[in-house]
Amino acid sequence: MSTATSAPAIVVASDMRTPLGEFWRRFRRQKVALVAGAFLLALLLVAIFAPWIAPYDPATPDYMAILQGPTAAHWAGTDAYGRDVFSRILFGARISLAVGFLSVSLGGLVGVSLGVISGYYGGLIDSLIMRVCDVLLAFPGILLAIGVIAILGPGIDNVIYAVAVFSVPIFARLARGSTLSLKRAVYVDAARAIGVKDRVIMMRHLLPGALPNVIVYFSMRIGTSILTAASLSFIGLGAQPPSPEWGAMLADGRSYIGVADNVTLFPGIAIFVTVLAFNLLGDGLRDALDPKLRMA
Amino acid sequence: MLEYLVKRLLGIIPVIFAISVVVFAFVHLLPGDPARLVAGMDASLEDVAAVRKSLGLEGPLWQQYLHFACNALTGDFGISLKTRRPVITEIGERLMPTVWLTVFAMIWATIFGLLIGVLSAVKRGRWQDYGGMIVAVSGISFPSFWLGLLLIDLFSVRLGWLPTGGYGTWAHFVMPSFTLGLGVAAVMARFTRSAFVEIAREDYVRTARAKGVPEKFVIWKHTLRNALVPVITMTGLQFGFLLGGSIVVETVFSWPGLGRLLVDSVSYRDYPVIQAEILLFSIEFILINLMVDVLYAFANPEIRYK
Repeated sequence: MSTATSAPAIVVASDMRTPLGEFWRRFRRQKVALVAGAFLLALLLVAIFAPWIAPYDPATPDYMAILQGPTAAHWAGTDAYGRDVFSRILFGARISLAVGFLSVSLGGLVGVSLGVISGYYGGLIDSLIMRVCDVLLAFPGILLAIGVIAILGPGIDNVIYAVAVFSVPIFARLARGSTLSLKRAVYVDAARAIGVKDRVIMMRHLLPGALPNVIVYFSMRIGTSILTAASLSFIGLGAQPPSPEWGAMLADGRSYIGVADNVTLFPGIAIFVTVLAFNLLGDGLRDALDPKLRMA
Repeated sequence: MLEYLVKRLLGIIPVIFAISVVVFAFVHLLPGDPARLVAGMDASLEDVAAVRKSLGLEGPLWQQYLHFACNALTGDFGISLKTRRPVITEIGERLMPTVWLTVFAMIWATIFGLLIGVLSAVKRGRWQDYGGMIVAVSGISFPSFWLGLLLIDLFSVRLGWLPTGGYGTWAHFVMPSFTLGLGVAAVMARFTRSAFVEIAREDYVRTARAKGVPEKFVIWKHTLRNALVPVITMTGLQFGFLLGGSIVVETVFSWPGLGRLLVDSVSYRDYPVIQAEILLFSIEFILINLMVDVLYAFANPEIRYK
């Protein structure tokens, strides 16, 4: 293992294989990450086809069957209004995945743009952007998110913006780092010499270099974002009650602890497994992308 | 060292100024007239004007800011809209419960995180390593509010050993501090492990082993000591994040701390309290970060002279 630390970098450089092929070859060996990726793909399908898969409507109450444990008719039991917990979890997957993807995409887009601009122009713009990022990074994500919610008001749409904010500084730093190293490359100098516009240089020559790291962080941030969004819903600042958002379901079910544990148990498992899968996928992607960072 | 310290201390002044401007601007960023929002939709114009005055929203912006900043410096953040008591009193009462909760969570999380990290690193590739890292990655992914509910279910509802929430005796601390610390313990374990593995590759560790130093000394004295430097930095940073995590945990366990006060005031739109809390939290994080940097510079001269 000790010899493998510096070797792969040299192998990659001299290898004739494409970077993507090399990446895939290494990623395939990460069995845990592959399983996590497959699970997330399945979850995505479930989220898309929830209306066809779910055995019950997630919002229709059934007062003849409230707070039931798991049965053949209701796999995960029913909640205080007799709504099918399993169906609600399937629909909740839509919300959680959408919030995760949208918020990290938004944060990534803003962050990467700022990072490339910051690294390319340097000087005052750079120090200004990086100072703001430093301040943002110093905060725990949830506090920033609550600050945004305090302005925009509670609600799941606002949670997307709130959670996006704390992804911005991380992506900005990543993109700035790769831009700084690529800026000195000969082809960038050449592009500038023949009069290519700054905007084009940034888009075509500098942005692609940042992408690999951005992809890794993308998957890691989605896990964190889903967890933060669920936390916000749980404390009452995110998705509001009739919504089958997982965190909101837990908040609904907390009054029935010891009476009907299924109401909190299954949404809890859903959040945990989903976030875990994103984190494991992120770890695997990171290891495949940069063996130097590998933890083993 | 002194020069570095002074430089860093001066460096936080513009940051605190920027944050105070943001916190001040906060009320103006709200959609609609904040005074109308606070007074209620069917309040009379005189009432709205009175509220506007009490919020310090009269006159030009710079004057309003000056008013806000001067008051904040003397600890005057106005009156809570919900309880009609001074904001500073509200915050003062909630400060210590949060501090204690954070401290207890930090202590156990650091001890267990370090132990698991070192064990995993020493037994690299064996079951202890896999076990430790499975616990760590699970700990990072576990929703703290669900963990809290599971603990309440088991230890309060079923076994009746511990109170479901509230503040008072040591029994009240057990579940909240465990819940709050889990994520930090997990991060610490992962971080300690990778720091340890890195240091274990250093030449001087190999030399120590080669000259026959007992394995126990190699691990505790040569490796762990050096691995601790980045771990200390990490601990400081985690402290800040614990304060954020306490927001959720305090809600689960009905803990009378700053986190729950913040959630309550956001729900109630108690703007003076929100402003004061965000300002307070921000300054706290900046100071913690500063402390971490200074500690780090103390341990690593390279940083000081950069």
